[in-house]
Amino acid sequence: MMKKLHRPLLAAAACALALGATVPGIAKAKDAKKEPSAAAKAARDFNKDPYPSSYKPYPGAATALVGATVFDGKGGRIERGTLLFRDGKLVALGGADIAIPEGFQRIDATGKFVTPGIIDAHSHLGDYPSPSVQAHSDGNEATAPTTPEVWAEHSVWPQDPGFTRALANGGVTALHVLPGSANLMGGRGVTLKNVPARSVQGMKFPAAPYTLKMACGENPKRVYGGKGRAPSTRMGNFAYNRATWLKAQDYRRKRDEGKLESRDLAMETLVGVLDGEILVQNHCYRADEMALVLDMAKEFGYKVSAFHHAVEAYKIGDMLKANDTCSAVWADWWGFKMEAYDAIPENAGLLYKAGACVVIHSDDENGIQRLNQEAAKAQGDARRAGVDISDAEVVRWLTLNPAKAVGIDKLTGSLDAGKAADVVLWNGNPLSNYSRPEKVWVDGALLFDAGNPKHRPVTDFELGQPGEGDVK
Amino acid sequence: MSARKLTLAPAALLAALLTSVATPALAQDMAITNATVVIGDGSAPIPGGTVVVRGGKVVAAGAGVAVPAGVRTIDAGGKWVTPGLVVAVTDLGLVDVEAVEESNDGEAGKAPFSAALDIAPAINPVAQPILISRAAGVTRAAVAPLDTGAIFGGQGAIIDLGADNQAVTQPRAFQYVDLGETGARRAGGSRVAVHAVLRNALVEARELARRGGGAGADPRLADAAPERPGDALLTRFDAAALIPVVSGRQPLYVRAERAADIRIALALKTDFPALKLVIVGASEGWMAARELAASGVPVLATPLNDLPASFEQLGATQSNIGRMAAAGVKVALGAFFDQPRHAPQYAGNLVGLTKVPGATGLSWDKAFAAISSVPAEIIGQGDKFGSLKPGRAGDVVIWDGDPLEAGSGVTQVFIDGVEQPLTNRQTRLRDRYLTPTEGALPKAYDW
Repeated sequence: MMKKLHRPLLAAAACALALGATVPGIAKAKDAKKEPSAAAKAARDFNKDPYPSSYKPYPGAATALVGATVFDGKGGRIERGTLLFRDGKLVALGGADIAIPEGFQRIDATGKFVTPGIIDAHSHLGDYPSPSVQAHSDGNEATAPTTPEVWAEHSVWPQDPGFTRALANGGVTALHVLPGSANLMGGRGVTLKNVPARSVQGMKFPAAPYTLKMACGENPKRVYGGKGRAPSTRMGNFAYNRATWLKAQDYRRKRDEGKLESRDLAMETLVGVLDGEILVQNHCYRADEMALVLDMAKEFGYKVSAFHHAVEAYKIGDMLKANDTCSAVWADWWGFKMEAYDAIPENAGLLYKAGACVVIHSDDENGIQRLNQEAAKAQGDARRAGVDISDAEVVRWLTLNPAKAVGIDKLTGSLDAGKAADVVLWNGNPLSNYSRPEKVWVDGALLFDAGNPKHRPVTDFELGQPGEGDVK
Repeated sequence: MSARKLTLAPAALLAALLTSVATPALAQDMAITNATVVIGDGSAPIPGGTVVVRGGKVVAAGAGVAVPAGVRTIDAGGKWVTPGLVVAVTDLGLVDVEAVEESNDGEAGKAPFSAALDIAPAINPVAQPILISRAAGVTRAAVAPLDTGAIFGGQGAIIDLGADNQAVTQPRAFQYVDLGETGARRAGGSRVAVHAVLRNALVEARELARRGGGAGADPRLADAAPERPGDALLTRFDAAALIPVVSGRQPLYVRAERAADIRIALALKTDFPALKLVIVGASEGWMAARELAASGVPVLATPLNDLPASFEQLGATQSNIGRMAAAGVKVALGAFFDQPRHAPQYAGNLVGLTKVPGATGLSWDKAFAAISSVPAEIIGQGDKFGSLKPGRAGDVVIWDGDPLEAGSGVTQVFIDGVEQPLTNRQTRLRDRYLTPTEGALPKAYDW
C-alpha cells in the first residue's frame, strides 16, 4: 500500500524538494486517533535542512557566447551556436540567427566548443582532500557497518586544492561528494557547486536533494569481517541491510502513527529514502549483486538512483534500463580488485546500446580533471565494438545524466533556458586529450579563465607554498 | 572496422592466441605501406610512409622506402604506424589482481632480503595485465619494484609483452630505492634514516667487493664468502646485490618527488661517483631542472601529477615534464603503477598543455618519443627498441587514429616482427555481452 503510494511519487517528491517546498511525510498521520505527543511531533516535524546552503551566485556579466560548436548536454549539437546567459541563468540557445540583446558582452567562440558545466556524480574531494595525510582521512566512518547518521558535508574541507583542479582542468561546475564505501550504508552524500568558499555551506548546491551512499560487495565484508564481526560475507551484507531497512520501516510507521519518542538521525536518513526524498547511490561492482540490490529496493520500497562503479553493468543493461537506474562508471579502470576483474572498456558503450542511463564518474581527484577524456575513450571503445555514439550523446554522460543521477537535472546539466548558467568554453572538442577549458562559469559568474592568472583559484593550503598560483 | 572483424571471428582469434602462446611464432618479413609513420625519435610523422621489417628487426622506415619483393605487405590505408610503447616503471607481469594478495607478486614485505630480490622469476607472460596492455600497443616494459618493507625495491627486469613464454629480456637490469616519504617510513621513520641506511648499504657493498665477494655475473650467487665486519647490517645477499650498483654496472632507480630529495640524490655521486642514477617520480622535478640537466641524470616522471598529494609533492604541476624537457633534462613519462595503457592519453595531455596559456607541454613529436624512444634510452635499451630506426626490434603498432588521441585504438601489434594476438578476457567478455540477454542457452554456452 505504502509502496504503491510512494513509488510513483518518487520523482515528484524529489522535484518538490528541489524547488524548496517542504514535503511533510507523505502518509501524514491524518487518521491518527489522538493528537501525537510533543516528542512525536518533534521527531516528525524536525528541520530537514539544519545546515542550509549559504551559497549565492557570484556576480557575472550578461554574456553571449557566439560561434562555437555547442553540445547542449541532452544530446543536441548546434554548429556556430549562440548561447545567452544573464543574472546567473541561461536565457537562450540557438544558431547564428539569434539576436544578441543589448547589454550582453559578446565573446567570439568561433572554432571552440561549449558544453554545460561538467558534473561528477562520484567524488570524495573535501572528504579525502590533498594532501592525503592520515589527518585528512575523513571519508569513511568505518566504526559500524551502517552509519546513515553521518553526513559527508560535515567532513568536507573546502580548502582541498582538488576542487580548483577539477574546475580549471576538468570544467567541473558541480560535484556530488559521497562517504566512502567501507560501510553498507555510509551516510549522506552532498551535492556542491564547485566554488571556493569558507565553509561547505558556501558550496552546497541550493535545493539539491540529499543522497544515501550504500555499498555492496567486498569492502564492507572485508572491513567488518576483518574486525571479526558482521558482515563478513556477501550474504551477511544483505542480511544486515535488510534488518536495517526493517527498522527504518518500523520507524516510519511509528512516525506516521505519532508514536516516536525521540529523534534518531540514522533512521531519519533511511526514512528520507523510503519517502523518496533522499536518493540512493549504491556502490556495486558485480552484475549479480546489482540484480539482488534492485530486488532489495523493491522489497523495502525505495529506488536505486544510480549504481556507482558498476563495472559489470554491461551484463545487465536491460535490467538497469527497466529499473530506470543509472550506472556511474569509469571508462576503463580494471582488475585492481577481484570484483573489478570483469570490467571492460566497452561498459559505457554497451549500456548505451541497451538504452540504459550512462554516467561517467571519477571517484578520483585526478580522474575528475579528465572526465571528458574518459568519456571519449569509452566512445572510441564502443565504436570499435560496433556501437557508434555521437559526441553530443557522449557529452550527456558528463552533464545531464549525472545531474539526473543526483537529482539536480531540473536545475542544471543542460543548456535549457531558465537553468543555471553553468557553462564551459573549451579550446577544442572536449572529447579530446588535447582540449582544456578556456573559461568556466558557475551560475553565470566567470570562475576560471585560462587567459587570466588572477582568475585561477588558489586555496588557503597553497598560499606561501612552492607553486602557489602556478598553472597546474 | 578491423575491430569489427575481431568481434565476428573470436574463435579464430582464440585459436591464434592459444597456438602463439604454446609455440613462439616466427617473425615474418613484412612491409607496411601507405602509413603515417612515426619513427618515435622525436621527429615529425611521415605521411605516405613505409615500414620494412625483416628477421624481426626494422630495416627501414619513412618516405621513399622500397618494398622488398616477396614479403607480406600490409596497406595501412593512411593509418598511423608507430613503434610499440615502452613503459617504465610498472608492475606488469607481477600481478593478476592487485588486491588479491595471493595473485600479487609485487610485495615481499616479510622476505628476509631486499636489494637481492630479483623480480624476473615471478614474471608471468600470460597474466591478463600483459595481454591487455599489449592490445593497447605496449610492447616493452621495465618492471619494478617490490614493496619489500625496506628502502630497496629489489632488482627490476626488462620484459617484452609478446605472446610467448619468454617475457624477460634482461633480468636484474636495475636496482630500485625509495628516498622519499615511503623510504623514510621503511628506513625507520625519517629521511635522516633513509640516507644513513642507503649510504651504509653502499659502503657495505663496496667493502664486500673489496674483500673479493660478489664477483661474477650474478654477484648474489658468488661462492666466495669472505669474512665481513661483525657490525654488517645487510645480509650477504643484499650486500652482494648492491656491488653492481656501487660499481656502476647496474643503474640505481631512485624514487624521489621533492625537489630537495632530487638534489640530495644527485649529490650521492660525490661519494659514490660510479653510480648510474635514474630519478623516478620527480613531481617537483621542474624545481630542480637546472641541477638535473647539469647532472645528465635522466628522469622517469609521473605524468600529470598536479595536486599536493603529499608534502613531497607540494609543487606538482602538469607542466613538470615540459619544463624539465625545456631545461634540457632527459625525461620520459614513467612510473605507470596503474595502467600502462594510459601512456598515450597522458602524452596527449602534454600536447594539450601547449595550447594552455602559461603552461609548458611537449610537441606531439616529443610527446610520442617520451613514451617510446626516450624511456627505452633511459632504461638502457635505446639501441634495441623504442623507435623505428633501422636495427631496432620489429615492434610495430598500427592505430585506427592519432595514437595520442582519446578515441583512438590499436588494430595490429607486432613484437620482434611477430604479429600478436589482441584478444584477452576483456575482449571475450565484450563479445559475449554485446547483447546482454540470454538466447536459447545461457551465456556460458556463448564462447
